Amino acid sequence: MQGIAVDRLGKRFGATPVLRDVSLRVAAGEFLALVGPSGCGKSTLLRSIAGIEHPDSGRIQIGGRDVTGLRPSQRDVAMVFQSYALYPQLTVEENIAVPLAMRRLNAAQRLPLVGGWMPGARAARDSITRDVRQAASSLGLGALLGRRPGQLSGGQRQRVALARAIVRRPAAFLMDEPLSNLDASLRVQTRREIVAIHRAAGVATVYVTHDQSEALTMADRVAVMQAGEILQVASPAEIYADPQDLRVATFIGSPRINTLPAEADAEGVLRVAGQAVGLRVEGSGPMTLAVRPEDLQPGDAGLPAVIETVEFLGDSLLMHLHHPATGTPLVLRLAPEERESLPASGEIGLRFPLDRALVFDARGQRVALRSLLPEAALVR
Amino acid sequence: MSASLAAPLPRRGTGEALAGWMLTAPAAIAYGLMLLLPTLATIALAFTDYELGAPAFAWIGLENFGELLSDRGFAIALRNTILYVGIVAPLSVLGGLGLALLIESGTRGRSFFRAVFFLPVVSLPVAMAAAWQYLLHPTIGPLNAALRGIGIDGPAWLSSSDTVLISLAAIGIWENMGFNLVLFLAGLTAIPRELYAAAEVDGAAGGWERFRLVTWPLLGPTTLFVVTITMTRAVRVFDSVAVLTQGGPNKASQVLLYAMYEEGFTYFRLGYSAAITLVFLAIVLALVWLQTKVLEKRVHYA
Amino acid sequence: MPERSALRGLPRLLLLGLLGLLVLMPYIWMTAASLKPLDEIFRASLSLVPERFHAVENYGKVFAKIPVWRYLWNGVVVCGGILFFQLLFAVPAGYALAKLRFPGSGLAFGAVMLGLLVPYHVPALPLYVGFSQLGLLNSYTALIAPSTISVFAIFLFRQFFRSLPDDLIHAARMDGISEAEIVWRIVLPNAWPAATAFAIFSVVAHWNDLFWPLIVVNGTQYATPALGVLYFRSDEAGDDFGALMAAAVLMTAPLVLAFLIAQRRFIEGIATTGLKG
Repeated sequence: MQGIAVDRLGKRFGATPVLRDVSLRVAAGEFLALVGPSGCGKSTLLRSIAGIEHPDSGRIQIGGRDVTGLRPSQRDVAMVFQSYALYPQLTVEENIAVPLAMRRLNAAQRLPLVGGWMPGARAARDSITRDVRQAASSLGLGALLGRRPGQLSGGQRQRVALARAIVRRPAAFLMDEPLSNLDASLRVQTRREIVAIHRAAGVATVYVTHDQSEALTMADRVAVMQAGEILQVASPAEIYADPQDLRVATFIGSPRINTLPAEADAEGVLRVAGQAVGLRVEGSGPMTLAVRPEDLQPGDAGLPAVIETVEFLGDSLLMHLHHPATGTPLVLRLAPEERESLPASGEIGLRFPLDRALVFDARGQRVALRSLLPEAALVR
Repeated sequence: MSASLAAPLPRRGTGEALAGWMLTAPAAIAYGLMLLLPTLATIALAFTDYELGAPAFAWIGLENFGELLSDRGFAIALRNTILYVGIVAPLSVLGGLGLALLIESGTRGRSFFRAVFFLPVVSLPVAMAAAWQYLLHPTIGPLNAALRGIGIDGPAWLSSSDTVLISLAAIGIWENMGFNLVLFLAGLTAIPRELYAAAEVDGAAGGWERFRLVTWPLLGPTTLFVVTITMTRAVRVFDSVAVLTQGGPNKASQVLLYAMYEEGFTYFRLGYSAAITLVFLAIVLALVWLQTKVLEKRVHYA
Repeated sequence: MPERSALRGLPRLLLLGLLGLLVLMPYIWMTAASLKPLDEIFRASLSLVPERFHAVENYGKVFAKIPVWRYLWNGVVVCGGILFFQLLFAVPAGYALAKLRFPGSGLAFGAVMLGLLVPYHVPALPLYVGFSQLGLLNSYTALIAPSTISVFAIFLFRQFFRSLPDDLIHAARMDGISEAEIVWRIVLPNAWPAATAFAIFSVVAHWNDLFWPLIVVNGTQYATPALGVLYFRSDEAGDDFGALMAAAVLMTAPLVLAFLIAQRRFIEGIATTGLKG
């Protein structure tokens, strides 16, 4: 297939597995974000695709070609590094030109001083200059071509790194946390630019980040990775609303999703601390009930919760509570005007739309809801 | 610095000043007695005809320097020193770089080989000179014995005026290479790994391409430092000359510092010796100037 | 994969081994000759192993002819004395230049930078005259005193103390600790890493130095190991290479052994302090 195909990639550092048989498909022209906590193996996976790391097992295809044993230079990929990895001795123009010079000029033409006199060098150099200028101006670097990386701001360096990646048309873009060294406002702006670059180039892109908001806002699909495994690959909306694994549910979303220990009896009736919550599930035994902070609604009846603190965030409120029987901390997102109708302290009841509830079994796997009991059951 | 502190400002200030003076005073006194005054005295001495034990001395202006210009022995010493530096500095720098790249290119035996090549740096130079004397001995030395084994009649390395400087330079390279190797290793580890990864992705497939695109430019500051420090160390060549040749045969291995030592402490012509010292100092300062003013700009890419 | 990379590393190891052997040649032949009787050495055979083991005679001769222990002891006293005073002068000065504001600190730092440019051979002539006038030639004082001030050490400690957080010293002052006590109780315990690195640098430099001892010392009483080898070579063992090599082994051994034991520290001490300077 076109795009990128990763098959059962495995790698260990000593005794620690960093990639456990990871498989992944990125369609041609697709933007895939690889998100996970630090140390989950996402960078190792990306660097394996680039050919910088050498996996112990598995296969990698890029653009329909098996590249498993190939060197990075033979894989036809472009990469943006977290540190940008610009050559400090070269100007912006020369930096962007490197990938082209390495491919369009032969060894003799690349020689310093005399290289320019080799046959064909002139035409090749002209084409390089043209492409470099075009890539640079598309990123607003036209005025900086003569500068060295040391004379640029972090944001400008980041653009040079992007320009170096787009200057030739690779089969895949690989980006390793390219925004993590920028300050917050620049980060949001550059997000949109990277998405635009991707649209214009239409090249399969793997974008590694630990920042879930980057992943959700930028990607066509998000792959959530943890402990060397890809837990779920889905569209941002699906990852958020329909996580198949408790670890995905808790990793994605801020504030973190509320999780309550629960128990399903033989009929699948779900109870939290003995209280039926109005749900029936497939299976029985210990479960985890998970509800997003914005799905919980305060009232007089429902799950009992004791108010602790309320944080004002401007556009919303976060109310911190705990479930008295289990001691589980809970958090609620509310509109600011809802505050007036709520007590400042004491016990209240919490409800949620039953179809928004997520239930996971003891192994953290999502269980299906069999039927929704009448909501009245929630009330004692 | 103390503005934010609660203590009253003036008292804090004078207390700090007093502490500053008291803490620097011992160093300042020693500096004055052992470094500043003697150095100034050396400069003054160079303009006198002072000889140790002479009842009086006179200011003779630039006469010592005039004599240097016409002194064939000094000219030879200067020429030999420049030649020695010209051989030792490039070869021990390139050797150190080559060894560092070779050691860095794999993982096995790194610290072992680093230690092996560094050993000459911590070895008593006088004793090692004696070992070299045996190694290079024309009749009983293992080197010539090995050469005889393949049918070559080796020269009298240290006692022939044709080979003595080359032999001393070889010893100098041997002494300096390990030091340079360690400096280059430190420089190599400071190069970000990501740059090599970027070079590979950009298409620099071969080792030479990566060296030209990443290693050599990024090693620039280290190389500059290694070159200057090796040159200043080589200009100071003394031990091997003093032990092995005393500048001979027939001044073929005479160098600046040994000439200065001979004039000053064998013939006790302190004024003249001081003039040689100043020439030596001028060379060292010129090297530092070259490093900071001329070359530094070309290796820092800010 | 693993077998292939092991094979690929082989040329590197072979080349390094060969070059390493070349560098070790002087040590190998020095040690071999120190174990051989003189007639074997004069036969100039390329065999490293002595036919007749003559170590006892060679080393015995060195101990009989020259005061080996005296030389080594002198080396210890001189290096120890120099290091003691260097630290005594440089640590407080480095701290003051790094953390205190006082009139003249700029001048003092300028003097340090200037001093870094001057090789220690430059003040040697007037120092010699001075010690000779005071009748101090041939003494530990003459050997130690000129090296007591190390501008390099001051510079090194200043750089080191600058990286110490200001708040540490502010907090100490707020706790009512005097400036002298701050140096003693807070700065000094924090100076160990820099101090050990400098100590190794200093000891190696002065143990190996020939220039200054050659100028101020005459005779065996205050001779350092470097001078000891020189004397033995010119006086006792003109052509007795077996004994000469034994002496060379004996005088080289202490520092080389120390290096082999604390290899990492040595390399850091000598090379990386050099890099900072």
